[in-house]
Amino acid sequence: MKAPVRHHIVSARVENKAGVLARVSGLFSRRGFNIYSLAVAPTHDERFSRITIVVDVESAPLEQIVRQLDKLVNVVEIAELAPEEATERELLLATVCAAPADRGQVIALVGVFEGTIVDVGLDAMTVLLAGSPSKIDDFEALIRPFGIIELQRTGRVALPKLARRAARLRAVPSGESHEVS
Amino acid sequence: MQLTGAQALIKSLEMKDVEVIFGLPGGAILPVYDPILDSPIRHILVRHEQGAGHMAEGYAHVTGRPGVAMVTSGPGATNIVTPLADAAMDSIPIVVITGQVATGSIGTDAFQECPITGVTMDVTKHNWLVTDAQDIPRVVAEAFEVASTGRPGPVLIDVPKDVSNAQMDWYWPSSVSELDLPGYHPATEGDPRAVREAAKLILCASRPVIYAGGGVLKAHAADELKELAERTGIPVVTTLMARGAFPDSHPLALGMPGMHGNYTAVTAMQRADLLVALGARFDDRVTGKVSAFAPEAKVIHVDVDPAELGKVRQAEVQIVGDARRVIGELLRSLAALGLCEPTTGEAAVVAGRSGRGAGAAPDSPASARPDLGPWMAQIRAWQKQFPLTYRQEEGGALKPQYVVEVLRDMTPDDTIVVAGVGQHQMWASQYWRFDYPYTWVNSGGAGTMGFAVPASIGAKVGRPGKMVWAIDGDGCFQMTAQELVTASAERIPVKVAILNNAYLGMVRQWQELFYEERYSEVYLSPDLPDYVKWAEAMGAVGVRVESAEEVAPAIEKANGVDDRPVVVDFRTDAFEKVYPMVPAGASNDDIIVGPAQGEGGR
Repeated sequence: MKAPVRHHIVSARVENKAGVLARVSGLFSRRGFNIYSLAVAPTHDERFSRITIVVDVESAPLEQIVRQLDKLVNVVEIAELAPEEATERELLLATVCAAPADRGQVIALVGVFEGTIVDVGLDAMTVLLAGSPSKIDDFEALIRPFGIIELQRTGRVALPKLARRAARLRAVPSGESHEVS
Repeated sequence: MQLTGAQALIKSLEMKDVEVIFGLPGGAILPVYDPILDSPIRHILVRHEQGAGHMAEGYAHVTGRPGVAMVTSGPGATNIVTPLADAAMDSIPIVVITGQVATGSIGTDAFQECPITGVTMDVTKHNWLVTDAQDIPRVVAEAFEVASTGRPGPVLIDVPKDVSNAQMDWYWPSSVSELDLPGYHPATEGDPRAVREAAKLILCASRPVIYAGGGVLKAHAADELKELAERTGIPVVTTLMARGAFPDSHPLALGMPGMHGNYTAVTAMQRADLLVALGARFDDRVTGKVSAFAPEAKVIHVDVDPAELGKVRQAEVQIVGDARRVIGELLRSLAALGLCEPTTGEAAVVAGRSGRGAGAAPDSPASARPDLGPWMAQIRAWQKQFPLTYRQEEGGALKPQYVVEVLRDMTPDDTIVVAGVGQHQMWASQYWRFDYPYTWVNSGGAGTMGFAVPASIGAKVGRPGKMVWAIDGDGCFQMTAQELVTASAERIPVKVAILNNAYLGMVRQWQELFYEERYSEVYLSPDLPDYVKWAEAMGAVGVRVESAEEVAPAIEKANGVDDRPVVVDFRTDAFEKVYPMVPAGASNDDIIVGPAQGEGGR
């Protein structure tokens, strides 16, 4: 599940109405472009939702698609986010084989990545991890040898990075510290 | 005031000053048909829902106001998908109202259910499924706003039967601010810096061409276009969608470019060093092979739709805006740079202004402008060397071009001409002389056969004082002829000239030229059906013409009929082809001027 090399992030604020997602996704599907990941939820203003789309496509057609998306009556604003200018996060839920003998190693890995164990069964555990997509990729690779029973990623959500002169704040203890590099 | 949803819908249309609805009732739209009996709005009962859609388009083409069509759910709605797609391609404002099964039945495969908002999502500018009767006035107001502003286009309102029957408290949104369109902000005025850049490019060009598209007509910019052409002395091509936007009789008019454009219009664009594209979208039928199109030209691209800029051809100057406003801004910018006087026309001749820096104030940036004289001389030479040609032999087969020319010369100059799609459409666009805007109605982008008969009816309803002639093909006519019944019943006296060559002529032409004369499924027969009897059966006058001598008398007879439709069956030469022609996918430099080339020297 490596992110595609040419991936682009499109972030759109849309009206929170029936059919809007179909209109937006339709502009990709009618050209035969696959949406790599998609996240939709209402914003702080519940009249609007934010759609974050990651798509694997060349830049030129994407620019055209973004302009056509902007034409949709229900799309209020839209921007392509360059990965280096975006703060991106994703959430992963995975149910991993964890027989009693392996349990300690899984728990240790979850601890290293600052994830959470949300469910424990006799020989499996469900773990949760939120973080940058690359961190999620790393975690997924490391738990794979234990045996993944089910796995669900949310697809990334993203907002533009804030422009500041000072170095990035660390008000939150650095769960995402490795993401800075 | 309490109204039903249906009453509110009709009252909302009245508030939008709708004067006519083209439609056909059915189960799900029944409640909305009841208040029509009490409304001043005229309803025209069509014989097929596709006819309603094309009539609304024809009405919108000639009036500039949204045409309204109303049909029922399921097959009624799907039958109007083609007109929606047609209107979307040609940016025609129409408002289509469809009935829908009751909200509780949606998704249950109910009788005559079809998810029409989903079906039409990609062929409308926007559509609405109304789920609350209280929303109806606002949605109708939004629909007209979206259809008619920015880049115009078709919209659809789907109204479930229970919503039509429900009670609501009447209101009317008195301003745009009361509409719920937070994401809809069409741009109208151009970026002043880009406009200045465009003006500078115009003053540097020595081989400029104005490439006028349908957006000029949508923006009501014909007067401004003429002023721009005369002030700058730049010749103008008018695309298939822009015929009439610039008078064909004007000395700067080059006529239509593209696949079947005339040699001069095509070649002037190819050799240009500057294209001023106004409301045009670099359609493949205009550009030919894009990489070989106008290779030396810089491009100024003005369009109200930002998604058109850079879609096909990167422009040196991109201006988002309404053609009328941007041309106005451009004229002011040119004046600021010293170009104040007309460069061509009588005024320029009287002022003795021509040659380098023509029309410019002394010592202004415009005074250094290149002389367009050599360019115009080249254009005149092309026009002289490569005019449109055909030959009507005495006693020979009737040439379709001859019919178009006689019809043109025997009708008022502001006659509205409506075409279907194919050879007849090209001959009409080539040989008619369009001197007035909104006198040419056709299906350009979508290429919808069967467009002409219903669209001509819509055009006549919109402009009852003008003569309306449909120039149609025999293949096209058979697709929608039933609407002449509508025209007879409603006393809408349109006239139809069928250029009957007994073939699907354009397809036949391609099979002749590109498929080694292997004619596959293109023969239709000249007399099956019998068009005269068919016309008469539909309440119209039918006339048959088989030779050149009969053309003028038949047209004279048709022009004299004003209480019912007329159909003239012109039996034309089946072997005539449309020239010039740029083969699909070829460079515009490879234009085939006439049969000697087209038939490979046979």
